[in-house]
Amino acid sequence: MAKVEFETPKMREYPVIPIIHADAMAHSQPFVASSQHQESLGFPGQLVDNWKEVAIDKMGELLTKYRSLKVYLDSCVKCGACTDKCHYFQGTTDPKNMPVARQDLFRKVYRRHFTFAGKYFPRLVGAEDLTEQVLGDWYKYFHQCSQCRRCSVFCPYGIDTAEISMAAREIMDTIGKGQKYCNEIIGKVHKIGNNLGLPEPALADTLQGLEEDIKDDTGFDVRLPLDVKGADVLLVTPSADFFAEPHIDGLIGYAKVFHQAGISWTLSSYASEAANFGMFIGSYDQMKKIAERVRTAALELGVKRIIVGECGHAWRVAYSFWNTLAGPFDFLDPRYPSPQHIIEFTSDLIDSGGITLDKEANDNRIVTFHDSCNVARASRMGNLPGGQFELPRKVIKAACNHFVDMPADTIREKTYCCGGGGGLLTDDLLELRVKGALPRMEALKHVVDNNGVNNVAAICAICKSQYSKVLPYYGFPRDMIVSVHQLVSNAIVLGDKQ
Amino acid sequence: MSGLTMFFALLMYGAALVFTVGVGWRVFIYARTPAPLKIPTTPAPTTRTGVWIRMAREVVLFESLFKSNKWIWLFGYLFHASLLLVLIRHLRYFTEPVWGWVALAQTFGTYAGFAMLAGLFALWLRRIVVQRIRYISNLSDHLMLWLLMAIALTGLMMRFVAHTDIIGLKMFALGLLRLDIQPVPADPLVLAHLALVAGLMLVFPISKLLHAPGLFFSPSRNQVDNPREKRHLAPWAAKLESK
Ligand code: HEM
Ligand code: SF4
Ligand code: SF4
Repeated sequence: MAKVEFETPKMREYPVIPIIHADAMAHSQPFVASSQHQESLGFPGQLVDNWKEVAIDKMGELLTKYRSLKVYLDSCVKCGACTDKCHYFQGTTDPKNMPVARQDLFRKVYRRHFTFAGKYFPRLVGAEDLTEQVLGDWYKYFHQCSQCRRCSVFCPYGIDTAEISMAAREIMDTIGKGQKYCNEIIGKVHKIGNNLGLPEPALADTLQGLEEDIKDDTGFDVRLPLDVKGADVLLVTPSADFFAEPHIDGLIGYAKVFHQAGISWTLSSYASEAANFGMFIGSYDQMKKIAERVRTAALELGVKRIIVGECGHAWRVAYSFWNTLAGPFDFLDPRYPSPQHIIEFTSDLIDSGGITLDKEANDNRIVTFHDSCNVARASRMGNLPGGQFELPRKVIKAACNHFVDMPADTIREKTYCCGGGGGLLTDDLLELRVKGALPRMEALKHVVDNNGVNNVAAICAICKSQYSKVLPYYGFPRDMIVSVHQLVSNAIVLGDKQ
Repeated sequence: MSGLTMFFALLMYGAALVFTVGVGWRVFIYARTPAPLKIPTTPAPTTRTGVWIRMAREVVLFESLFKSNKWIWLFGYLFHASLLLVLIRHLRYFTEPVWGWVALAQTFGTYAGFAMLAGLFALWLRRIVVQRIRYISNLSDHLMLWLLMAIALTGLMMRFVAHTDIIGLKMFALGLLRLDIQPVPADPLVLAHLALVAGLMLVFPISKLLHAPGLFFSPSRNQVDNPREKRHLAPWAAKLESK
């Protein structure tokens, strides 16, 4: 791969809306999927000859299947309220990264082919045919959207650019121009069961190694069971938890919580992945197939509950879509929400006294929390709206004495993406990822400078990997990022209950 | 009946027909198109009532826009609130006797005309002055604001510059409603105002003015946050089930 030279954006004292620079990111695009990766998902291997017609046909089909798409394309008034809300715009200053401009890449083709004004007065309403140039823009700029939904919060009609990016990616897959990173990974899930392509023996090995590590560390026999029939709980977690830092410390944390609560649990080698990249490529079909693995595993293992580990988009798919895609989950114990988030589980145990946390174990840390987009704006935890903000903070505060929030317009529903979500966590998009992290890094710097924050905790595998990668570009130490259950892991008191 | 009256009567009927059928058709399409997944922007209400309240806040207060950008909110709100008052004021041309609450709104209505113009002008200024908004604007976005400004301007001129035959205009309007066509006042301002309003009704169903019905169909705003409790299967998705 040709190494792209780029400058890390300067962190601004007071974030201001940048001046636009046309085509500032026109060189950025991810690798195109090979024919093998395309075909294994049932997409054409390369750009089909009549791609224009196929694309327009697909667009027409999606317009009848998704109300969101239809309504969003019609309703935008170009008020401009969203223009400064995207982290990729702030970090790159490329005008096509303004949410409405990104939508317009799609909307202009929609108008040309599906609206009266666009058919007869294209110039007037900015309608355009789907030319090679336009397709090129689609490929570039719909892969500069992390589907974080921040724009949707601020639009007076809730227009969600993520929905449009998903539709565009689905159309591109259908004409044979898919993205390598996502499609390759989805292929691995279908074949092996997880994004990494980690087969059962390797997984079993890893887990055993972890058990030994915990034993050395704590002296306790904390188990990480795999494929145990009849366990109460099936834990479905992102496969990054099995090997990446700081994810793995989170996994150890879950294991300790289960151990201490005395609840039997298991991982599944068949459904060894919570992530569901089917969402990123906008494919209902792929998303459903991946989700069904979890259902199958739960039935085969005969579990009573399903709990999902720390992962942002995975929690969106699990919370918002699983029941619809692969439900009903009526074979599970109705006393518990299904699925349940590991944070909800731990939070309940803190309340009931099922586990005890010693906050002093984390006294060397001043912690802030990164709200992951998909958890914040596309899901919930607990019974009350906004529980997705409160419960993780509650768990952190139960495990740490020192907690500080980042500035108010960068957290909760207004949280800024880490810069690597939505299927962009690949090295061929490194420049985009570094630049897109700018607003988050500025917010982090604020609490580092003012409050001495030295750790940022997250509940998303993608966020954690992205932070590890981009923190150094902004002069922060790589290991500043921690898992929330890593904090729990440090603080949890193992052994007999007092 | 003069040719002029005939023309304007047909224009108004035609425009009203296109408007009603056009918007109705659009709404029908929105309603018919399934939303296969739960995608409310969270935190979202967990009950239907909650959704009604969320929606009401969006329609009445432009809540999301307020969070987003105070200037656009101010100008946009000024324009829409004034538009509403102006529309209410116009009811007096279509009711006989004039309803009590419409009569009450008359004084506000007059000032609302100016406020509406000011709001529209400010929105247009933003469109040309702010670089980002200039970038996303098409000619149609400018034209829409000019059309509305022209309507407001001709309306205000009839009242404050060259008084027109209001009684005659009301007879014409009532005549249209009662299918008993009365002569249209041959005042260029009246004719311009009427023609522009007809133009607005004609473009409504094929333009971004669809944001008004669109808002009510926006899944990110109108869905209940209860996916764990309820399945949400669209008909086309249900067909994938049996496979
Ligand atoms: C349910 C009723 C309606 C709601 C909730 C609504 C809401 C909004 C909002 C929030 C905006 C964005 C802010 C702004 O630019 O002003 C907007 C823009 C606009 N609205 Fe409405 N609106 C409604 C009805 C109408 C109607 C009936 C018209 C015209 C006849 C209209 C004309 C416009 C125009 C022209 C714009 C764009 C302004 C610009 O170019 O900046 N709206 N509307
Ligand atoms: S905020 Fe919504 S309506 Fe306004 S320009 Fe952006 S997408 Fe369009
Ligand atoms: S969804 Fe997020 S990344 Fe995509 S345009 Fe909106 S703010 Fe930007």
